[in-house]
Amino acid sequence: MSIVPISYYLVLSAILFGLGIVAFVFKRNIITIFMAIELMLNAVNLAFVAFARAHNQLDGLVFVFFVIVVAAAESAVGLAIIITLYQNRQTLNIERINLLKF
Amino acid sequence: MSLPFIVFFACAFLAVLGALTLILAREPIHSALALILVMATLAVLYLLLGAEFIAAVQVIVYAGAIMVLFVFVIMLLNAGIEERTDFSKLAKYAGLPLGMFLILFLAHWMAHSLIGQQIANGVGGTNASVATRDLSAQLFQKYLFPFEATSILILIAILGALVLAKKDE
Repeated sequence: MSIVPISYYLVLSAILFGLGIVAFVFKRNIITIFMAIELMLNAVNLAFVAFARAHNQLDGLVFVFFVIVVAAAESAVGLAIIITLYQNRQTLNIERINLLKF
Repeated sequence: MSLPFIVFFACAFLAVLGALTLILAREPIHSALALILVMATLAVLYLLLGAEFIAAVQVIVYAGAIMVLFVFVIMLLNAGIEERTDFSKLAKYAGLPLGMFLILFLAHWMAHSLIGQQIANGVGGTNASVATRDLSAQLFQKYLFPFEATSILILIAILGALVLAKKDE
């Protein structure tokens, strides 16, 4: 059984990360921007698993585990912030959330 | 073209399609569903890489818990169609090409770097599966302290969410 080369996974990871950055920059809805962050975290996780598989070491998988835990905590707090923001400003458009903008 | 390649390319295609849908969709709920598609296909790729436990966690925690949270907030805030603001000229004419350049450069660098080349040749097919038992042993012995530290992190996250969601007196 032939095996898919690790570089294929890395290229996919890079493409997904790049698309995550593009979504992060171009989207105007704060929830969607948050999803772009999750997409980038997923891309990094794929690279972690690919490297762990390539080196036959488990540390990469443990790191993926921690990344998932931190992402869960981050999304819980972030979505609470979004709800509070919406209650205060009645909008999800980041163009209108410009209190700290220089 | 053997089966792993077919599975890989099908999943890679679906993942990139989902990521593009996330960017192009105007309704946040469509973006959320596209992201769930990406996460599901990544879980299949983890299985292909022999990381069963991570694949299960990916489906349960990411595609399950986190995305349900996202969909719930979209429902709660009644998030409608995204307002298009006028792109600045700079974003239109410099941003898109630079974004494409970034993606292609990252992909090219990953494929042709020394690391990628070395490993691509070095992967064997014999010891394919990473046993979940080894992973748990690693997690509870070598990484015991970070593991316990994450419990404090989750506690702080719960408290933070509670404080933020609390009604002001």
